[in-house]
Amino acid sequence: MINNAADPSARDKKPISIAWFIRAGSRYAEPFIEFVIRLCGWSAIVFVIAIFFFVFREAAPMLFGGLNLAEFFTSPIWQPSSEVRPQYGILALLVGSLSVTALATALAMPLGLGAAVYISEFAGGKSREILKIAVELLAAVPSVVWGFIGYMVLGPIIIKLTGAPVGLNLLNGGIILALMSVPIIVSVGEDALKAVPDSYREAALAMGASRWEIVYRVLFPAAKNGLLAAVLLGIGRAIGETMAVLMATGNAVQIPHSLLDPISTLTATIASELGEAVEGGTHYRVLFLIGVVLFAITFIVNLTADLVIKGFRTEKEN
Amino acid sequence: MSKLRLVMLPLALIFIAAGCGKSGSGARETIIRVEGSDTMVNVAQAWAEDYDKLHPEVSVQVLGGGSGVGIASLIDGNCDMADTSRKMKADEIARATAKQGAAPIEHVVGFDALAIYVHKDNPIDSISLEELAEIYGDGGTITKWSQLGVKIPSGTDKITWLNRQNSSGTYVYFRETILGDKRDYNMGSLNQNGSKDVISMIAHTPGAIGYSGMGYATNEVKMLKVSHKKGEPGVAPSVENVHNNTYPITRPLQIYTLGEPKGAVKAYLDWIKSAEGQQVVLDKGYVPVFKHDK
Repeated sequence: MINNAADPSARDKKPISIAWFIRAGSRYAEPFIEFVIRLCGWSAIVFVIAIFFFVFREAAPMLFGGLNLAEFFTSPIWQPSSEVRPQYGILALLVGSLSVTALATALAMPLGLGAAVYISEFAGGKSREILKIAVELLAAVPSVVWGFIGYMVLGPIIIKLTGAPVGLNLLNGGIILALMSVPIIVSVGEDALKAVPDSYREAALAMGASRWEIVYRVLFPAAKNGLLAAVLLGIGRAIGETMAVLMATGNAVQIPHSLLDPISTLTATIASELGEAVEGGTHYRVLFLIGVVLFAITFIVNLTADLVIKGFRTEKEN
Repeated sequence: MSKLRLVMLPLALIFIAAGCGKSGSGARETIIRVEGSDTMVNVAQAWAEDYDKLHPEVSVQVLGGGSGVGIASLIDGNCDMADTSRKMKADEIARATAKQGAAPIEHVVGFDALAIYVHKDNPIDSISLEELAEIYGDGGTITKWSQLGVKIPSGTDKITWLNRQNSSGTYVYFRETILGDKRDYNMGSLNQNGSKDVISMIAHTPGAIGYSGMGYATNEVKMLKVSHKKGEPGVAPSVENVHNNTYPITRPLQIYTLGEPKGAVKAYLDWIKSAEGQQVVLDKGYVPVFKHDK
């Protein structure tokens, strides 16, 4: 609306430029636009390869002889700036990442799948639209805001309810990550349920099945691959998340013994230490090696999700 | 469109200003390049800004990066002053002398006193370096407040000990002070990414203890008195106690120059050491070198 003042001139120019395109461009314009669009499509692959190349290049000297890899994976002691002996063990960080992701998944799966079932099968007309918009809004909340909620709101609540010494811990991080991955699970899960042909529902109804029985006996088995993919994508979101866990988990490098222990994750460690690590030094390269580990984990999770979805598609075609 | 223009206008002005600065610098402006400590970067920036108002003909450029970075830069001749929160090592001094033909000269421009903070409701009043070592050190024996003889009103007894991220200079300095160079920190501390984060975390956590600059104190946290040994009377972190050298966790902040400073650098350094420059040190939460009455 602000543009009104500029509009007349633009309107004047428009026919000219179109005419120009038609006259001179049609022979070149179409292949050119096609080329640009193709470039956009392939750029994703280029970026993935480039990212992996750069992360791997920084980490490579550590992988090939620069670091005791057995210690790297099995030691819980992370002391990169020790004067006595620097130690780079990521076991505690790995356990931290995996435990917070597992907790988040355990919380998000029932909530997300339940919401997906409700939106897809039970909610009608207006309430469905409202719910879908709300889920999209939830997905759009920036991770730093989630972290802030964990730090300022959830932390004090956890201290009050459980008597824990610290409010920033595994439980806090798990709840925040669960809330972050629920929208993904809901939207992918809902698509999977929608993809089940109505004839299944009609057949079940005709046989006298209740709504719950339709969901439980017909829709879940029919959509199981899609629902699994939804959960896996949620896990992928959770394990790669950085800012929220940095703020909500307490950043304590230790193997947790209870839900109320503070933990630290692989991602949060990279985020908080890379800035001041000496470029090219061991600490710096080990942080990149952690990046490679994370890359491998998310790659496996996403690949599994993709294969599962693919299975779900071919199954449907049969 | 109009919004974009609103953004573009100041940007364009900045570019123009930057351009003028560059073109004019050779002719009339003297540039002083300062590089080094992150602990000091706020102070260094404030000095540069205040000095710019007094002497617009001198342009002071401040870079952080850490004490080591500043010293390396001084050795290579890439800066005029290196801010450091640690002393230069003998081999660094030797390299600088060999490479630049002048020995680095140290100028102490302030002090950084690390205060030990606890939650405001914590009844503890004083702590010793020995006790801190047992809380923070590898294989430490103190994990509960009851071992220090206090009871936290909220009921928790576990000591939640806060540390800084391990690349911080303050993290290294605190370790050297309480553990020496033969002992590591224990694992399991809550690592905070900034001096202020330590304070806000303690304010939220009744059983927490942590260290941060004494200038960061707020109403929600309490500073402890610190003694060397258990049983000795504790010393409160204050400007007086830093000056009479009784507060145990204090480090000098210094500026290194190559050889005796001359010209604009000397004038700048003299101003930093003057009452006006030292007031900036105080305002930024550090301890000035000299006592002066306001």
